[in-house]
Amino acid sequence: MARTPTTFDAFNAVAEGSRRALLDALGASEATVGDLVDRLGLTQPQVSKHLAVLRAVGLVSVRADGRRRWYRVNGPALEPVFAWVRGFEATWNTRLDRLDDVLVELQTKETLT
Amino acid sequence: MTDTTGDRHGSAVVTLPSDLEILITREFDAPAELVFDAWTKPELVRRWWAGDRGVVTDAQIDLRIGGRWRWVMTANGGFEVAFSGEYREIDRPHRLVRTEVFELFPDAEAVGTLTFEESAGVTTLTILAHYPSQEHRDAALASGMEGGLQTSLDALEELIRSPAQTGGAGRP
Repeated sequence: MARTPTTFDAFNAVAEGSRRALLDALGASEATVGDLVDRLGLTQPQVSKHLAVLRAVGLVSVRADGRRRWYRVNGPALEPVFAWVRGFEATWNTRLDRLDDVLVELQTKETLT
Repeated sequence: MTDTTGDRHGSAVVTLPSDLEILITREFDAPAELVFDAWTKPELVRRWWAGDRGVVTDAQIDLRIGGRWRWVMTANGGFEVAFSGEYREIDRPHRLVRTEVFELFPDAEAVGTLTFEESAGVTTLTILAHYPSQEHRDAALASGMEGGLQTSLDALEELIRSPAQTGGAGRP
C-alpha cells in the first residue's frame, strides 16, 4: 500500500466523463472490457485506455478468471473524492434548502391574499 | 416549520461535468418565475443566500447586461465573504449568465450559467460554474465556495498556492 496513488490523481481520473461513466458501470457489478464496450458504446481501445488510467490511480482493480479479466471499482479509493465534493454539496444544500423555504413562503402568501 | 416544507431538503446534487466545471442541480416546487426572482431580487436573495452559514449583509443587483452584482455575508465565524460579478445574459425566467468572483481570490473569475426549467409545476434549477483553470475549480470545490469555516479558507489558500496539495483538502 506504500505505492497507493495520491488522491490528486484520483481527482484527475474522475474529471473525465468517460471514466466516470466507466466507474458508474462498474459500480453495479464487475465487468469485462467487452461488457463495458457494449454498455457504454465506446470502442475497445477507448475502454482499455480509460481502465488503465483508473487502475493506475487505484480506482479500479482487476482479477483474472481463466482468460477473462474482470474489472471492479475499488470503493475506498473513491472516498476522498466523495468527501471533497460532499462539503461543497452540503454548503449548497443548506443554501438551496433555505431558498426552497422562501419559495414556499412566497407561494403561501400568494394563495392567502 | 420545515416539517411541511422540507420534502426536497438535502436534494441538491453536485457533479463535475469537466475539468473546469461544477454543476449543481436542484428541483423546487415553484414556478420558474419565482425561482428566477429569488436569484435576481435583493430582498429575496437576502433571505436564503447565506444558508445556515451566516447572515447576508448586502445584496446589490443591477439586473441588466453589463450590470454588476455584489452579495456579501458575514459568516458564523465572524468574517466577511463577498462575491461579485457582472450580468451577461438575462432571459427571465429561463436563463441567467453572470460572471462571479470570490473577492478574496479576484483572479479566479468564474462564469455562472443558471437555467430554470419548469415542468408540471416543478422547476429544475441548474447552476453551471465554469472556472478559468482546474486549480481554480478545485479550490472552489474544496472551499465549499464561500468557506463558511475559516479552516476551509485556509485550505483554499493552501490549494491555490500549491495545486499538488489538492489531496490534502480531500482528507476524510
